[in-house]
Amino acid sequence: MTLSTAPAPLPAEPPSGCPFDPPAEYGVLRTTRPISKVGLPDGSWAWLVTRYADIRAVLGDLRFSSDTTVHGYPRSGMTGGGSTQNRGFIRMDPPEHTRLRRMVTREFMVKRVEALRPEIQRLTDELCDAMERAEGREEGGVDLVEALALPVPSLVISLLLGVPYGDHEIFQRLTGTLLSRTVTDDEREAARSELRDYLDRLVTAKEADPGDDILGRLIVEQQRTGEITHDEVAAFAALLLIAGHETTANMIGLSALTLMRDPETAERLRQDPALIRGAVEELLRFHSIIRNGPRRVATEDVEIDGHLIRAGEGVVVAVPSGNRDETVFPAPDRLDIARPNAQHHVAFGYGIHQCLGQALARVELQVVLGTLLRRFPAMRPAVPVEEIPFRTDMSIYGCHALPVTW
Amino acid sequence: MKITLDADKCCAAGQCVLIAPEVFDQRDEDGVVVLLDAEPPADQHDAVREAAAICPAAVIEVQA
Repeated sequence: MTLSTAPAPLPAEPPSGCPFDPPAEYGVLRTTRPISKVGLPDGSWAWLVTRYADIRAVLGDLRFSSDTTVHGYPRSGMTGGGSTQNRGFIRMDPPEHTRLRRMVTREFMVKRVEALRPEIQRLTDELCDAMERAEGREEGGVDLVEALALPVPSLVISLLLGVPYGDHEIFQRLTGTLLSRTVTDDEREAARSELRDYLDRLVTAKEADPGDDILGRLIVEQQRTGEITHDEVAAFAALLLIAGHETTANMIGLSALTLMRDPETAERLRQDPALIRGAVEELLRFHSIIRNGPRRVATEDVEIDGHLIRAGEGVVVAVPSGNRDETVFPAPDRLDIARPNAQHHVAFGYGIHQCLGQALARVELQVVLGTLLRRFPAMRPAVPVEEIPFRTDMSIYGCHALPVTW
Repeated sequence: MKITLDADKCCAAGQCVLIAPEVFDQRDEDGVVVLLDAEPPADQHDAVREAAAICPAAVIEVQA
């Protein structure tokens, strides 16, 4: 029977009662079939890579293309939709990827991001002040996602790009659709088109009056000199907005909840704030919020640990699986903020496409989690953990809402 | 210890700067790695090896 041999879809559900653990299927796959077929929504399939070493081998090998227009690229059901038009450098290969990425790398380099730390602290403190004043903490709790986890990265990326923060509801709605695993490819494409129209108007407005921000600098230094087009500026805006919005937000929500449920670790971090850097690396490893890729297509036959992947075949990388690989991270299901090799995680990916905004994400997480621990030592979930809505339906894992009290 | 870089491959992830800031920096115009000390003292060796192991684009090469 055809149905019985069709590859299973990407696992999404955490084990019952363990919302912080990746789907149990990954543990089985790592030991029995580390590279296996996964079914995609349109009936096609790709190779699912689950071991840490194999994940690094695929993502570090330029024979695996990120170009969504290459024949065989596994576009069905992918994060952000399978659009091939105006697609941004994340979906390109060198040399074009290198040329475009380097136009914005300086904006996210370590010293630039460190210089933003006081501003990120100020924004965080203001949001915490508002939370302290919020009503409803006694009845039902305050939603930490809405009050803090989403606004911090949203405010920061809007500020950096030069996008009016007042428009954040548009991005959040469209990004939500783009990252949902339960909407159809058509619905996702419609959201992509709406975002494209919005950014087209935004870039047009900024062309007339470029500010001292990332989009302004791209327009003045790259577009006006003929290096990139209007549409390419809009593609940068789309990529950085989507990447900068929900990733950090969901890491904040999940990490805050983890620390509320682990008072011993929370107390260690309060006693010694210098531990927060390592804790953030371990939380990135532990939560591995990217649940739907990254994806590649082989441009020639490549052997990965003895397994042949043929030219034209697609690959889906299971980040949460690699980060819980027991051969690299002993006792991988344990959160250990002093784990010596936590920073070897692949939560930001690996290879030349590794997250451009990782220094920013780290600082945002260090500041927000450190501030929460300091200012709200008694914070706790306002509902039983079974009632917290986890994002098993999204490409980026986390909590849809996180009611807290203190 | 002697360090060489293949900076053309650098994707400016910046992890080397976080791990070994006395040995690596990023150039202002595009964040690409800059070597501050090609033959760092012994107290830097572990950090340099760690940076080389983590570098996503395999830019950093370390000779004993």
